[in-house]
Amino acid sequence: MLKSFLTTCRQFGVQLELLFEAVVRLPSAWKRRAMVADQLYVGGVQVVHVVLLVGLFAGMILALQSGLYLAQLGQQDQIGTLVALSMAREMGPFITGIILAATAGSALAAELGTMSVSDELAALEVLSVDRVDFLVLPRLVALAIACPLLTVLCDLIGVAGGGLVASAQLSVELELYFKTAVEALQDPGLLIPLPKDVYAGLLKSFVFGILIAVISCSAGMHARGGALGVGQATRQAVRDSIIAIIVSNYFLTWLLYQA
Amino acid sequence: METRTETVDRSAPAAERDVVIRFENVSKRFGSKVVLDGLNLEVFRGETLVIMGPSGTGKSVTLRHVIGLMKPDSGRVTVEGHDMGKIRPKELAELRRNMGYLFQDAALINWLNVRDNVALPLRENTDMEEDEILQRVEAKLDLVHLPDILDKMPSELSGGMRKRVGLARALITEPKLILYDEPNAGLDPEISASINALIRDIQKQLEITSVVITHLLSCVRTVANRVVLLEKGKVVLEGKKDEFLASKHPRLLQFLGDSDD
Repeated sequence: MLKSFLTTCRQFGVQLELLFEAVVRLPSAWKRRAMVADQLYVGGVQVVHVVLLVGLFAGMILALQSGLYLAQLGQQDQIGTLVALSMAREMGPFITGIILAATAGSALAAELGTMSVSDELAALEVLSVDRVDFLVLPRLVALAIACPLLTVLCDLIGVAGGGLVASAQLSVELELYFKTAVEALQDPGLLIPLPKDVYAGLLKSFVFGILIAVISCSAGMHARGGALGVGQATRQAVRDSIIAIIVSNYFLTWLLYQA
Repeated sequence: METRTETVDRSAPAAERDVVIRFENVSKRFGSKVVLDGLNLEVFRGETLVIMGPSGTGKSVTLRHVIGLMKPDSGRVTVEGHDMGKIRPKELAELRRNMGYLFQDAALINWLNVRDNVALPLRENTDMEEDEILQRVEAKLDLVHLPDILDKMPSELSGGMRKRVGLARALITEPKLILYDEPNAGLDPEISASINALIRDIQKQLEITSVVITHLLSCVRTVANRVVLLEKGKVVLEGKKDEFLASKHPRLLQFLGDSDD
């Protein structure tokens, strides 16, 4: 138990150090733009269809569950409000984060893990190539960009999916549904010229993207012991990313809405 | 007990000869397993030293200490006068630019093609123009007898070709010291012989200091100036190639068995 706790603390320290090292190297991100673009394609474009599918059904489920209850109260015209707020504040960033952790995060950990156990990371060190700058920075920047963009898609398709259900199954007019959805997202932000619920969700997903990248890179780079080690690193990356998403989500929600 | 034999060649006192690498009573353990146990070893400028020994006896760990991938638990490793246990990261990076390392499986970056793999150290660490880099990449690939494969990915190469590309990458910065970690591992005898010949030719052309780890007598015969036999983290036999091969040291005979290779 104590050993496990100490290992977790050590891993957290290593991840924090990696994040710091990557942030310090941010100015060289432009030099790595081709690699960032590659990673955006792998981590972003290649999972668009998954985000769209899951986002669509998440919105449909939200609309159906809430609609059935609201209909009992004669309030089904509020479905748009509920779906839009839920998707923008929580469901969109959360779903996107989980999908990226399971797809891009696991792929990233497996890739760097394989590099680690096949001496490619040692080769980079021997060649005096800065591994954080060469490997971590492009992946971190790509996921920090991809996660908010995918969240926007998830939000939009989720609201659209909710509209389909509201219209087809709960007899809510589409025009009314979308009107209430848009009105629900009018709460202005203090500093940013975007509705607060939108930018709060995007800020969350930005943080989720960074967490997934740092945790997955760290797990992969510390993989040892052949294929078994790569498997363990991949599992650890997905598990820790999901935990980090959930824990940070609570604190971000508290910070954005209550503090 | 360390039992270096009378075949040790010291035609000049060590202090007077140009020592590039020196291990002084170096110990290294992983958990309870002692890998290096008070290792003493010197590598002189311009020579090719071959390190032989059974698996798990610390040969690769020895090389990793030289390149700074590992630090000794006790004792001292010096490379070109730098104490590798205390060297600062910037100095280490500078020192490594004068060193080449051929990994067992070549360790090519799997998502870069041959051109980008070989060019990587120059692109990352120098301000060299791209034309000049490409010229040098092509020259090094010619040196290892691999023209016209610039656009191939590592997964498209055979084991021997991967080693050659790894060697071209190790040579791209024109190092003064090159370390070979089992350059024949996993290769058939014919390819293995060609790699040995390549190591010998490179040594002759570039006059660099080389350390080679191998199990194969054919490699010793082709490339070595001097040979050490390592066992349980210590040197048990050391000498010039001809003296070493003629040695009747029981541990050497036992290690080689009746194999000609």
